[in-house]
Amino acid sequence: MNNTSNIYKNKKPAIFFLLPAFLFLILYLYYPFIQNIFNSFMKIKGLATPAKGFNDPVYKNYTRLFTDPNMRIALKNTLIMIIVTIVGQVGIAIIIALLVDNIKRGAKFFRIVYFFPIVISATALGLLFNLIFLYDKGMINQLLEFLGMTNLTDWKDEAHAIMTMMIPVTWQYVGFYFIILLTGLNNISDELYESASIDGATRFQRVRFISIPLLHNVICTCCVLAVTGALKVFDLPWMMFPNGMPYGKTWLTGTYMYYYAFVASDADYSSTIAIVIVVLGIILSKVVNVIFKEKDY
Amino acid sequence: MKKRKFSPGMCVVYLILIFWALTTIYPILWVILNSFKDKKKIIANSFALPIGDLFSMDNYKTAFDRLNIFTAYKNSIIVSCCVALVVILLAGMASYALVRYNLKTKKLLNTLVVAAMMFPVFATIIPVFRMEFSWGIVNTDKVSLSLISLILPQIAGNLAFAMVVLTGYIRSLPIELEESAYLEGCNPMQIFFKIVVPLTKPSFATVGIFSFLWSYNDLFSQTFFLRFKDQWAITRLLMEISSREGTDYGLMAAVVTLIIVPLLVVYVCLQKYIIKGMTAGAVKG
Repeated sequence: MNNTSNIYKNKKPAIFFLLPAFLFLILYLYYPFIQNIFNSFMKIKGLATPAKGFNDPVYKNYTRLFTDPNMRIALKNTLIMIIVTIVGQVGIAIIIALLVDNIKRGAKFFRIVYFFPIVISATALGLLFNLIFLYDKGMINQLLEFLGMTNLTDWKDEAHAIMTMMIPVTWQYVGFYFIILLTGLNNISDELYESASIDGATRFQRVRFISIPLLHNVICTCCVLAVTGALKVFDLPWMMFPNGMPYGKTWLTGTYMYYYAFVASDADYSSTIAIVIVVLGIILSKVVNVIFKEKDY
Repeated sequence: MKKRKFSPGMCVVYLILIFWALTTIYPILWVILNSFKDKKKIIANSFALPIGDLFSMDNYKTAFDRLNIFTAYKNSIIVSCCVALVVILLAGMASYALVRYNLKTKKLLNTLVVAAMMFPVFATIIPVFRMEFSWGIVNTDKVSLSLISLILPQIAGNLAFAMVVLTGYIRSLPIELEESAYLEGCNPMQIFFKIVVPLTKPSFATVGIFSFLWSYNDLFSQTFFLRFKDQWAITRLLMEISSREGTDYGLMAAVVTLIIVPLLVVYVCLQKYIIKGMTAGAVKG
């Protein structure tokens, strides 16, 4: 469409439209992002205290990353979290999306209900799950007692903490990927299914050879979102396991970064951890893309 | 396709779906029911319905007496509404210009927007805090300044997503209406507010609701920018309650109920826009 021009030939008003939004992006995202890289080389203690020159040596925080045992725990937990979210969230979402796509009644109900946990703030969910996993008569332990179990499990002890943290996080976002996948399924034309069933394809075959291959790109998007999402998890773990409780076993990169910014007053190290989060995000989403590219149907 | 109403396969399908629905409904229901019980009786039996002897409003009484729930609600709503409105306005204007004007820098600007979506808040929050501190708007005891210090970064954080959704929508609008308005003598400013804005309403609703929810639920930024008690928004208050009153299960249940029930009601009313926006934003981004 070249004749769009008349109105929009004079490009001066465009600046007026664009300027405010891009000022915001630059001042509040791009500038701080670059500043954050500088900060990771500086000496900054409290959040609001001025920098006291460069670190000595400049890359001190980066070598510290490698010797910090808690950082290793945080990275390990975050990687577990990423795998659990991809397998758990996207996996469960694929299954229920395929099932909902195949039913006639109640699809709308399930769509609304599966989205509940995403609307509620993760902070409130953290409190909710604190009550559910309570050792002393939480929902789960009462249920187990009801079923005849006598020695109850402390879901927040060292052995169970990681699992207790991952379950709510995984559960919360299943509905998100479910909705994305369901929209992808709705975009597949009915004619394909009809001609397949005329050719004698069973329901399972239609899912296996039509739905899943055509969903390939959407599943890839979901996995990238799951990876970046897992790196951003903060509210729920912090509400359930503040300060890496118990014994620093539950650190995630996000909560660990927060701890250094706020509790330990070590803003420069905190900035360094933030950079690790960014770098991990970029590398891992590339990895997901590569894995999905190779797998052509 | 044949209609087989009660095939065993279908039963299994429904059983699985209903099971997952129970996991999303029951915990919420459980906490709502328990909020109406005396805190000592929750421990005795948390699965019973709160009727007869079990029923009690004490938890709510404590919640309203001891906590500034209304102040927190007010702060939350001011912050989140401001964020939603400014995001709609600024993202709408910028998206309109990005779609309609044939700028040389268009590609660069679009890349800037998409890249901005990738920045995790962790990587920007400390410099933003320090910047705002040097302006004197955080760490002050002025409520309004503190709220502004939270609103500004939240606007920036939601703009990129909003612009991705809105450019997609505005691109699909027919340009003829704008042309005829131009012939009638409207300038681009008027065209935007009189033609484009009304047509883009459904998408604005999606973007607005999302920005609102994200801002309302964002604990991380709230802990950075709202330092004092009278500035706390709902999510920040929740965090405080869990560390201070973590053993009063009845009170916790009541507070959780007070926070999530309004959200769920709003969600069920507006779910059409929410689900549509989710897909538009996520699949394109």
